[in-house]
Amino acid sequence: MSKRVVITGLGVCAPNGVDLRSFTRSLREGKSGIAFQSELKKLNFGCQIAGKPTVETNYLNNYFTSLEQRGLNSSGLVYGVISGMDAWRDAGLEATSAEETDWESGIIFGTGILGVDKFREAIHLVDEGNTRRLGSTTVIQTMASGISAFLGGKLGLGNQVTTNSSACTTGTEGVLMAYERIASGKARRMLAGSCSDSGPYVWGGFDAMRILPRNFNEDPERGSRPMSQSAAGFVPGSGAGALVLESLESAQERKAHIYAEVLGGAVNCGGQRSGGTMTAPNDIAVQRCIREALDHSGIAAGEIDSINGHLTATAKDPVEIDNWCKALGLQGGDFPYINSFKSTVGHCLAAAGSIECVGTVLQFAEGMVFGNVNCEDIHPDILQQIHRTKIPQETLKYAPKVIAKASFGFGDVNACIIFKEYKP
Amino acid sequence: MTKEERYTKLQEIIKPYLPEDSRLEAIKPESHLINELNINSANLVDIVLDVEDAFDITLENEDMDEMQTVGDAMKIIESKLK
Repeated sequence: MSKRVVITGLGVCAPNGVDLRSFTRSLREGKSGIAFQSELKKLNFGCQIAGKPTVETNYLNNYFTSLEQRGLNSSGLVYGVISGMDAWRDAGLEATSAEETDWESGIIFGTGILGVDKFREAIHLVDEGNTRRLGSTTVIQTMASGISAFLGGKLGLGNQVTTNSSACTTGTEGVLMAYERIASGKARRMLAGSCSDSGPYVWGGFDAMRILPRNFNEDPERGSRPMSQSAAGFVPGSGAGALVLESLESAQERKAHIYAEVLGGAVNCGGQRSGGTMTAPNDIAVQRCIREALDHSGIAAGEIDSINGHLTATAKDPVEIDNWCKALGLQGGDFPYINSFKSTVGHCLAAAGSIECVGTVLQFAEGMVFGNVNCEDIHPDILQQIHRTKIPQETLKYAPKVIAKASFGFGDVNACIIFKEYKP
Repeated sequence: MTKEERYTKLQEIIKPYLPEDSRLEAIKPESHLINELNINSANLVDIVLDVEDAFDITLENEDMDEMQTVGDAMKIIESKLK
């Protein structure tokens, strides 16, 4: 008999809010974190807009010692530590004392690539024959698991501490991995999250693929347009999100505040077959993943009140809606509400799943379904599938009971998770 | 720069690497960097880089091996400056 798993803590460092309160307000009000980036213009990027969290230097003092801040040049690590430590605190938990390890708690904190700016510094020094000048922190700032290792040391956690990586599904996959570890009784608590660096070295490859919008450099807040007919590509983003997952019994013993229950979910891969490629999804796999998530959670399609999609603002959005319709067997006015937070944070790549899971779960606490922005011109192919009222243009005062969240990524990988309002 | 000034400078370089709540006076010539001052051994390479920058000298691998105490570090700095 697997254990029930609940969410007791949330933390976020997003382009439109670097703490839970401001992020919640931004999602509620549709406030964008997408801005013009002069650095990208200087470097001749086609897309010169992006989502980047605003972290003031003195704000870092709340999370990093002055020694840790010396030579710190890994934005993903910074965002990840802020969100992870905030989530732990939000759950009412503390770091252990110097001689005590918390064997029952672990971390799954994913990333796509960590510390690219630090790595660039290192490459220059190495090429100059100056390897000895790298200092002691180059490795920990650039190893993928640097983020989980750093948080593990800050908090003193002794269960599994690792980093997963599966492109844009990373964050959602991590939450599911944490869920499974607790459900199977291998851990009492897991800090699950993901982070993604900011900057031209992360975003450049996508600009070169010509999948970023080039016609909104003068109008950045309107650039990210999921489900819109005028969607012109995804706006690159960055940041981190983190959730504390915990067995229900542990949460009850601690009398912790419970945001929601994780009912279950599924991950799979389309094998880059049947239309799936490195960059495009195999629709059969997407539909299977959603259906498996429902089956595993013991939820009927009709019970889903709201969906937080992957919906990046490329030409693939209508295909995603079609896949949801087919997987759920619902369409038109029977289809659940659906939203995409990428309209205000951009596509935060490896951090997308975790930031969006945090936003999804916040909808239970707020008793709302957050609105979409920039899709006043809903794509006609989408309107053939679902009714326009299912794509709220403003935040709805409607308390969802069950929400499905999915993320899809390069490599034809998929993840879908089912959250439910908590009822003892 | 006098020898005393150089010593104070060395203390200031070392101080940020001490575990929290340590004072400058705790850094004595006979203090062992790792065993007594509890500096993380990985940070010794950072101290060496800071010393190089502050005194405009270059330390060799053998110098690092000999740098066990604050006094050792001082001796190495003085010899490089001659």
